[in-house]
Amino acid sequence: MTPVATTFFFYFLSVVTVVSGVGVIMRKNPVHSALALIVALLGQAGLYLMLYAPFVAGVQIILYAGGIMVLFLFVIMLVNIEKAQKEEQFNKQWLAGLAAAIALGLLFVFIYAKGRGLFPDRAIQMPEQSNTQQVAVLLYGSYMFAFEIASLLLLVAIIGAVVMAKKRI
Amino acid sequence: MLEYITSYLKSETTPGQAGNLLWAFIYIVLIFLGLSVAVIAMNWLERKILAHMQVRLGPMRVGPHGLLQPIADALKLLIKEDIMPAEADPFVFWVAPLIVVITAFTVFIVVPFGPTHAVTDMNIGVLFMLGVSSLSVLGVVMAGWASNSHYPLMGALRSSAQMVSYEIAMGLAVVSAVLMTSLNREGTGTLSMIGIVQAQQAQQTWFIFKFFPLGLIAFFIFAVAMVAETNRAPFDLPEAESELTAGFHTEYSGFRWSLFFLAEYSAMIAVSSIAVTLWLGGWMRPFANGLSGETWDLVFSLIPGFTFLFLAAMAFYNTARMPKHPYFRVQTMGLAGFGAVLALIGVILFIPLVRDRIQDIFWFTAKVAVFMYMYIWYRGTFPRYRFDQLMKVGWKVLLPIGIGVLILTAIAGVLF
Repeated sequence: MTPVATTFFFYFLSVVTVVSGVGVIMRKNPVHSALALIVALLGQAGLYLMLYAPFVAGVQIILYAGGIMVLFLFVIMLVNIEKAQKEEQFNKQWLAGLAAAIALGLLFVFIYAKGRGLFPDRAIQMPEQSNTQQVAVLLYGSYMFAFEIASLLLLVAIIGAVVMAKKRI
Repeated sequence: MLEYITSYLKSETTPGQAGNLLWAFIYIVLIFLGLSVAVIAMNWLERKILAHMQVRLGPMRVGPHGLLQPIADALKLLIKEDIMPAEADPFVFWVAPLIVVITAFTVFIVVPFGPTHAVTDMNIGVLFMLGVSSLSVLGVVMAGWASNSHYPLMGALRSSAQMVSYEIAMGLAVVSAVLMTSLNREGTGTLSMIGIVQAQQAQQTWFIFKFFPLGLIAFFIFAVAMVAETNRAPFDLPEAESELTAGFHTEYSGFRWSLFFLAEYSAMIAVSSIAVTLWLGGWMRPFANGLSGETWDLVFSLIPGFTFLFLAAMAFYNTARMPKHPYFRVQTMGLAGFGAVLALIGVILFIPLVRDRIQDIFWFTAKVAVFMYMYIWYRGTFPRYRFDQLMKVGWKVLLPIGIGVLILTAIAGVLF
């Protein structure tokens, strides 16, 4: 099936992602920030879908929106909201922030103006029907070593968390 | 226009794949209606079956044998006052039940009622179902927090801890079933719901029986985890009545509460249909190998019709047993009418054209119905877990067994 209204959906998802991303830092209430972050992550999952990467989109929803953010909320709900709302939201580092923003903006402008050769001139049509299988082939084939290193890192993190959380094992 | 409508019928795929928006819409409406009817039926069945397990009669007043009780309940809920706690967070309080309901219904896009009877087939079918249903915990957490009350907050905390821990065991069981879809060493596996059932068809076995007892153990892990995931007894700690009044939805009333109710039952149906798809052969009829051949095919294709005729016969038998007092005349007539409708459906299901089209849906629904009965049975028989026991079962029993089964399945898949 040929894609329909791709431009519309791209702008729609982008707006959703950016607006909720701004919401994450603008809201005073930490629970509202976390909810906005969930919406941003879901918008990102939609963008992955538009890039013909359904597997990445699915994993994004399960891991980030359904797993990590639930733990976030779990912790935030135990925080005293009234106390948190009285704290200062921004740390007033205007100069450093401005410099970083200008540098990032310049980078974007530079890439947009000069970096045309870096990107292919049209979207690459990935095989949507076998996306999961392709990811598996890459992970367990070409990038086997990197994959194993990453899993080792996670294992170390798990053991470290257990050691730190439990006094007596 | 007419060609647009009929073109899908020849395509032999799901409407989503054929790109036919009209039929996709029709399927969505049909699934929505079917689910609503199923939830209403479950409401009545649960009360009746639980009552009979406890040697009571259950609802008997509204309609014959309380058949109209769920409708009366729904009316009551709709006209009840909608209360929002004074210090509640209005937006989150408002959006929480919507999230729960939307996630519970969205997963049915990929549920394969038959090779062509699904809204669409996705490359990431199982992943989509697990991912979207894992979002429903967000709604529960939001509801509990936004109520700004102690019991709901405790319920939400319990619920999020429970759902996150059991999701892992559930995922491992699902992965071991997905591993089984790749036949031989050169075969490629699939995550698509239709693809998984077709793999079982091609391998001529249900995955529950494959690599015995590995498939059975994985199925058992899933069967336990799915009860915990839907917050049902014996894992219903988030809404344990004796400890937390009603858990995360204590402060909800009226229509909003009914949304939680609707979501709970459709989530139960959703996880049951994952279990049926992954381990119990989806739409395949039972004994497809042992009792094969055209005669048996014909016999099994007649079962849907006979099931409905049996139900109709039950209705007529109970019509005859109704009290003869004039006070019960309307109820008797109603029950007879209900039986007549069931008999009519049964007769329609005998028409060869309908029979062939409806068979797969019937077997899928029948298998899901068994799971729904099991849910009620659990609730009637098992005592509730304590919370530390619940966590222990999830992390120290189901998770290690799940990892072990996953490794053994992978080894078995390479060897055989």
